[in-house]
Amino acid sequence: MSFVPGQPVTAVVQRIEIQKLRQEENLILGFSIGGGIDQDPGQNPFSEDKSDKGIYVTRISSGGPAELAGLRIGDKIMQVNGWDMTMVTHDDARKKLTKKKEDVVRLLVTRKSLEEAIQMMSR
Amino acid sequence: MDNESQYSGYSYKSSHSRSSRKHRWVTRIQFCNFIYLFLVLFFALTDLNIIFPFAVQDDNWGETTTVVTGTSEHSISNEDLTRVTKDLEESTPLECKRFVGPALGGCLSFFALVTPLAFLILPQVLWRDTLEPCNTPCEGLYVSLAFKLLVLLISSWALFLRPPRATLPRFFVFRCLLMVLVFLFVASYWLFYGVRVLEQKEKDYRGIVEYAASLVDALLFIQYLALVLLEVRHLQPAFCLKVVRSTDGASKFYNVGHLSIQRAAVWVLDRYYSDFPVYNPALLNLPKSILSKKMTGFKVYSLDENTTNNSTGQSRAMIAAAARRRDNSHNEYYYEEAEMDRRIRKRKARLVVAVEEAFTHIKRLHEDEAASSPKHPREVMDPREAAQAIFAPMARAMQKYLRTTRQQAFHSMESILTHLQFCITHNMTPKAFLERYLTPGPTMQYQQQNGRGRQWTLVSEEPVTSALRQGLVFSLRRLDFSLVVTVTPLPFLRLGEEFIDPKSHKFVMRLQSETSV
Repeated sequence: MSFVPGQPVTAVVQRIEIQKLRQEENLILGFSIGGGIDQDPGQNPFSEDKSDKGIYVTRISSGGPAELAGLRIGDKIMQVNGWDMTMVTHDDARKKLTKKKEDVVRLLVTRKSLEEAIQMMSR
Repeated sequence: MDNESQYSGYSYKSSHSRSSRKHRWVTRIQFCNFIYLFLVLFFALTDLNIIFPFAVQDDNWGETTTVVTGTSEHSISNEDLTRVTKDLEESTPLECKRFVGPALGGCLSFFALVTPLAFLILPQVLWRDTLEPCNTPCEGLYVSLAFKLLVLLISSWALFLRPPRATLPRFFVFRCLLMVLVFLFVASYWLFYGVRVLEQKEKDYRGIVEYAASLVDALLFIQYLALVLLEVRHLQPAFCLKVVRSTDGASKFYNVGHLSIQRAAVWVLDRYYSDFPVYNPALLNLPKSILSKKMTGFKVYSLDENTTNNSTGQSRAMIAAAARRRDNSHNEYYYEEAEMDRRIRKRKARLVVAVEEAFTHIKRLHEDEAASSPKHPREVMDPREAAQAIFAPMARAMQKYLRTTRQQAFHSMESILTHLQFCITHNMTPKAFLERYLTPGPTMQYQQQNGRGRQWTLVSEEPVTSALRQGLVFSLRRLDFSLVVTVTPLPFLRLGEEFIDPKSHKFVMRLQSETSV
């Protein structure tokens, strides 16, 4: 999941589509994110490579839309509705996820178990 | 004496500072001087050994060495042997050799200093009438001559007039070079003087005075050269010497400059006497109880000459089998060490308490107290008596402690009393008194002051007048131990520069935020 500058990033991703839930005034997705290029990557408990500054899912509220859609804790979000999430600041990521005009977010997430599953299948 | 010329001494001039031995020194020196002066000078100039120290080899050395073996019927034990040699060492008479060098140097420099004055005085004495008078320029030259001679005298006294501290096995190359230089110089000046001035009865007195002044100038420059070669050159560190004592592994690292091996050896020995803890032969061996277990291994004796090839194979197999046996001696060594530590600490505690208590029995009497109480006359003691009075309660604890730490050979009762007296006189606390016994001090602490000197042997594979260089190893041997010295050059340092703007020190907080969406 780490990247080499200048080389394209390759990862095995899962498409997850989350329907936002309307709660009073806000549209919530039911998870929390951490990470970003302006954050300290060494504190990230979910990343394998401690210099990875991507956006990670740090908490999922149980029963929320994200859990229902199949998002898991520790997932790294690669794209949100086509917007890249591997090289964004924390605030940019938040903005892309909480656009008021969108009801649904389509995420591309990756996790280690996906990589392993692919490798086992290819053997 | 013909293939190893002895040259000695460390200083340029002889020492007049030891007044107590002056009389004996002077008569001995006159005697020795008379015999050695011209002989040694002659040999010094013509002997091959200055130029090629190993030019003349002695091939008969094997036939003249004597060996002390332990198998003769009249053998003596090892302790007797060491005691005999120690007695011999302490009773060797003050050697003539030690003072030959300084005496020679002294004569030469006296000769050199007197020469300009002789140059000036001889014409005045011999043909005063025919000399051209020269007034002001000559007086100026007289003054400058006088001051330069004074400076020469004072700096020679300051730099070179020191008692010799060591006798080197071979010529001290730089010093010989300088003495030869001075001698040739002065001799050539005398030669020219004799031919041009004395024979022809030169009338130009000013020229003679200028000639003498030029000699003094040249002597000043030779002294500058001597200063640089003998005193300054070896000050900048260039090598790192590792000195290890062969018996117990005590080691130290020293930085020295460019020296020859023999000078480096003297330098190391100077530092040895004050840095290294004293050599204690009683501390060396593992207790017999541990070693005896090891000795009951297999022993293979092969007395048959023919089976030399097979025996090595066999003995190797035996040794391997012995090694595979379960060997617990390390266990015993560990427990024995722990037990010994505990014992030492217990004895030390008893000693400290005993000494503290003993010191509370006396106190210093001030002058105003002396006349105050005629009703309670206390016995007033001098330090010696006071020391004897308080020694008794601590004597037993002290003796037991010294015996446990195996230091009893270094401290006699008399020396302990003297030290106690010294401490009382200087208002020292019990801890200060005990400092001498609780840690083994440097060798200097246990030396008796006598003028005999210590005999060390320099063992080296290279000629001892060669300069230090990387990878050189030499050792300094004494009767029962030796110091092995290894030379490594100090690393070359490439120092770079980095400028940091004081305004460039800025900090930010580390962010780790978590947002819920």
